[in-house]
Amino acid sequence: MAKKTLKEHRINRDWCKGCGICVALCPKHVLELDQSDKAVALRLEDCICCKLCEIRCPDLAIEVIMEEGERDD
Amino acid sequence: MAVTDYLRQRFFPHMWCPGCGHGTILNSLLRAVEELELSKNDIVMTSGIGCSARISGYVDFHSLHTLHGRALAFATGVKLSKPELTLLVPMGDGDALAIGGNHFIHAARRNIDITAIVMNNRIYGMTGGQFSPLSGPGVKATTAPYTTIDANFDVVKLAIAAGASFVARSTAYHARESTEILKKAIMHKGFSVVEILSQCPTHYGRKNKEGDAVAMLELHKTNTAKLGSKQLEENPNLVARGIFIQEERAEYCIEYGKIVEHAQRRNVK
Amino acid sequence: MTEMIRFVQGNEACVEGALYAGLEFFAGYPITPSTEIAELLSGRLPTNGGKFIQMEDEIASMCAIIGASLTGHKVMTATSGPGFSLKQEAIGYACMAEIPCVIVNVQRGGPSTGNPTHVSQGDINQARWGTHGDHSIIALTASNHQDIFAMTVDAFNLAETYRTPVVLLLDEAVGHMREKLTIPAKDELQIIDRLRTSLGKDVDYHPYLPREDGRLPMSDFGGDHRYNVTGLYHDMWGFPSANPKVVNQLLRHLVDKIENNVHAITRYKEYYLEDAHYIMVSYGSSARSAIHLAEERRKRGERIGVLELQSIWPFPTEVVREKCAAARAVVVVEMNMGQVLAQVKSAVEHPERVFLANRIDGKLIAPHDIKKLLRVIQGKGV
Repeated sequence: MAKKTLKEHRINRDWCKGCGICVALCPKHVLELDQSDKAVALRLEDCICCKLCEIRCPDLAIEVIMEEGERDD
Repeated sequence: MAVTDYLRQRFFPHMWCPGCGHGTILNSLLRAVEELELSKNDIVMTSGIGCSARISGYVDFHSLHTLHGRALAFATGVKLSKPELTLLVPMGDGDALAIGGNHFIHAARRNIDITAIVMNNRIYGMTGGQFSPLSGPGVKATTAPYTTIDANFDVVKLAIAAGASFVARSTAYHARESTEILKKAIMHKGFSVVEILSQCPTHYGRKNKEGDAVAMLELHKTNTAKLGSKQLEENPNLVARGIFIQEERAEYCIEYGKIVEHAQRRNVK
Repeated sequence: MTEMIRFVQGNEACVEGALYAGLEFFAGYPITPSTEIAELLSGRLPTNGGKFIQMEDEIASMCAIIGASLTGHKVMTATSGPGFSLKQEAIGYACMAEIPCVIVNVQRGGPSTGNPTHVSQGDINQARWGTHGDHSIIALTASNHQDIFAMTVDAFNLAETYRTPVVLLLDEAVGHMREKLTIPAKDELQIIDRLRTSLGKDVDYHPYLPREDGRLPMSDFGGDHRYNVTGLYHDMWGFPSANPKVVNQLLRHLVDKIENNVHAITRYKEYYLEDAHYIMVSYGSSARSAIHLAEERRKRGERIGVLELQSIWPFPTEVVREKCAAARAVVVVEMNMGQVLAQVKSAVEHPERVFLANRIDGKLIAPHDIKKLLRVIQGKGV
């Protein structure tokens, strides 16, 4: 099976209302709110691609983009 | 397709408050539609009035934003006149069960193939935070400054008693679970009701000191438990989540089709 | 082709007219004196593939036909006073969202539960202003079964042409009495279907952008164009808008599309008007008594005639003014406290010469009820 790895968090800053749900409920504390109260992904290396931020985002502003990684043998 | 491909993006950002659970429910619903690979042209979303009702404007389906409480009555006309369409009817708690209570129980009684989604935030948000028939006693609202004395409906029990053949409950916190339940509800041939607990941090949360959106979301986790779980057995005061009923029963449009056949046979004779 | 002659109730003539016009979907709720329309259609509609549904209440019936109209079907509901009150909310929705539909109101005595099994014409103003907010609407009426048939067909034609609810105002007397109806041969009466967009599936369709002639081609739900329908003020996509320019334009469009076409919408009949000194303006079952009286008086050489209105809204102001211009007196014959009287008074040059002959007690106004007033007006004593 190919393992999926993180490519990027695509965050639509125009749609994000800064509620902080993604920040608080990320199991790996990858996200934070910046000075203008918009979500940003900071600790990308910790992301496990669980997509909880994406599926819970009430503003539909986050997309976790993944790419096929190396073979996980 | 990406979830955002099901949106009318030109109308975004949406009008809901920061942290409103309704956005998450929209998110879960679109994932269900995407995973079922439904065609956008085959879906009609009908809604009533209130915060919840604005959902229909945002989706790239045929959308019918109707009158307070009447979404199911409009949807019944759409469905019976063109049964091949898939009807999604998201409603607010006051919308579905106060002013729309009669339409709700009768749509359930007919078992017409419509998916009703009750986005339950236990408050009238659009008008500024009045209590709803799902608030329950002991709640503060702008029309209950000394707390409510009104008992609440149990949507699940009401829907089952009225004749819905698929009844389930989930929460905005359990977004993945909501999607899975919604997929089953949409595929179910008959009237399906999915209650999804939602949070209104602006009105309900503030008045009742439940904290911000995150704190309210976490209450969905701590106050609920899966049907059949040990947790629920040990603490029956928790709100049960899951599918309560899923039965094959005569569906209204199919039965009407039989009436048409019968009438036409008789007419030929 | 052999003529189809039937001996039917007025309500049945309405059913025949609706089916002739292409009715495909009916939703209703039992209420006297309109119930026969629902009963008959529950049997007739499925025989030609149409749909009938008895809803949980009057409100739901109105909502259901709007839903069915959006999937591209010709739709109707039928009711009476209290039910007509309940439907007003959704009638307003159909005005705002421009959904073609026909609402039959077989009038009975009001207000409230009133006089369910007796005749009245008390809902004239409710047909015009029953729902809140500025808007315009079309209301037709008829005094005999042949005309009920024709006006029902017209109601569908106008609803589809102007994308509007059309109210057909019958009354208990004409709805329940029986008389001859000749059903016209297929194609004898004109049937108008709605205008649908010719735009292809990948072209951006603007459901609420009127063409130059003010008309809005529709697209059926389930088709290639996905758009929003709302009771809120909306832009050309049907998306809610509170932009003052959008609001202003939409309200003007809703009113103008009907008021500017009053000539095309106006329907009336005239009896002995050419040289009439005295003119009775009437409609519905009241007009039967007026016509009867005029015929009787003409035999005695009295110059008296009748203007029978078949469209009440938009009110045919110019027709009434022109036809009544030379009259010494105008008598409005109706079964209410003067709802059409007020319109006639404001239409004519000499409102002081307009009188009301009415009955409001649940009894059909008879020729002798009018005769009494006429004698006074003519200076023949009481």
